[in-house]
Amino acid sequence: MSIKDDLYYSEDHEWVREEEDYLVIGVTDFAQEELGDIVFVELPEVEEEFDKDDSFGVLESVKAVSDTFIPVSGRIIEVNEALLDNPELINDDPYGEGWLIKVEPADDSELDELLSAEEYAEFIEEE
Amino acid sequence: MKKTPLNQIHKDMGAKMTDFGGWEMPVEYTGIIEEHKAVRNQCGIFDVSHMGEILVSGENSAKSLQKIITNDLQKLEPGKIIYTPICKPDGGIVDDLLVYCLKEDSYLLVVNASNIEKDFKWVKEQLLEKTKADNLSAEYAMLALQGPESKKILTQLTDIDLNSLDYYRFREAKVAGVEMIISRTGYTGELGYELYFEREAAEKIWNELLEAGSDFGIQACGLGARDTLRLEKTYALYGNDIDEETNPYEAGLSWTVVLNKGDFIGREKLVEIEKNCCQRKLTPFKIIGRGMARHGYEVYAEGEKIGEVTSGSYSPTLEQGIGLAYLEQEYTDVGTEIEIKVRRRKLKAEVVKGPFV
Repeated sequence: MSIKDDLYYSEDHEWVREEEDYLVIGVTDFAQEELGDIVFVELPEVEEEFDKDDSFGVLESVKAVSDTFIPVSGRIIEVNEALLDNPELINDDPYGEGWLIKVEPADDSELDELLSAEEYAEFIEEE
Repeated sequence: MKKTPLNQIHKDMGAKMTDFGGWEMPVEYTGIIEEHKAVRNQCGIFDVSHMGEILVSGENSAKSLQKIITNDLQKLEPGKIIYTPICKPDGGIVDDLLVYCLKEDSYLLVVNASNIEKDFKWVKEQLLEKTKADNLSAEYAMLALQGPESKKILTQLTDIDLNSLDYYRFREAKVAGVEMIISRTGYTGELGYELYFEREAAEKIWNELLEAGSDFGIQACGLGARDTLRLEKTYALYGNDIDEETNPYEAGLSWTVVLNKGDFIGREKLVEIEKNCCQRKLTPFKIIGRGMARHGYEVYAEGEKIGEVTSGSYSPTLEQGIGLAYLEQEYTDVGTEIEIKVRRRKLKAEVVKGPFV
């Protein structure tokens, strides 16, 4: 199970990568492991706005349904359309090709409330 | 939680474990889809030691069982197996099980794990004199070897000719030196065997089968794949598709009810049900497009609720959502368009002819 050093994490097992003017959000390796083979993905519409911790989509594996919660408030600027036909990208490459959404954050300071890689590692250790 | 004799092995192999009716069981090892495909294309091995075994023996065992089961025990002779429900007086299904005729006056019932205690009590209460029931569930290990390569794999470890073992027949034989029942049965719809033997030998037999199967692509499989495999074949799962509130006719099990075999528990009511069968029927459906139905989701047609999903999952073979639902009779024709309420949306689905695969 891998955790990337340069990302922020939420207790709902999402990761956030900071790019120049937007954030990329996905689910962690731990989350995809727990879910098992993901077979359907529901993603939001571009331009939709969400508050921190809102449900923005659904990941469905053979055994389970799981909501995804946005770790920061913001507006959706892009969704990973490739996942609709190839949801297994989330299992295969959760931090890369399996990304879910790109968001223009409403409040940059919300990033500070997220977990570091080290804190997230401790968090899942305890779970 | 109760554990099978292979509990530690599953964990050592990295299986995800789950609580299944009070048993700690493996759901998946390397992934449900991979395991599912291994069974359809090569071979899978399942630990199903949680299943129950009840031995009914004595002078009146046949008579007693004939009263308990809805199928006809007359179809049996030593070495043969039948599938049958047992019903309550109101026709509701107490359990569905296999009956093995070991020899005259000796029958082994193989029952669902979650129903062992209930069935044992039920059977004991119905027994005629000079007949007894023993719950041997804790003594047996049970493995299922399923898939097109299963015969080749098992042949390496046993001295009997598996070509002479027909579907729903069993033999007592040695596998890797261990005495067991080799049964040509399964819950996957593939060529396959179920093995019953002493609990102490579980680890040895599991390892020997994995070893013998290594050249044939054998794969350890969990309950996740067991569920998708059986659903593709539209086999009912007790607790999901059938229970004490459903009867064999609406569940599509009319072939397991023999009304003219003489009296049995539930017969009177089942005669009535058969005549007016059925207001609702267990019906296979496919989701059109993306999405999946799950147990308990509501089904609609023309804006009205017409039923409920009892099993819903993803078909790894068809790569789409499939399921079973009890639907009002008029919506059960193949091709009927239905809608399934999934969270805030309604998914389009279509009634199809089962099995799916």
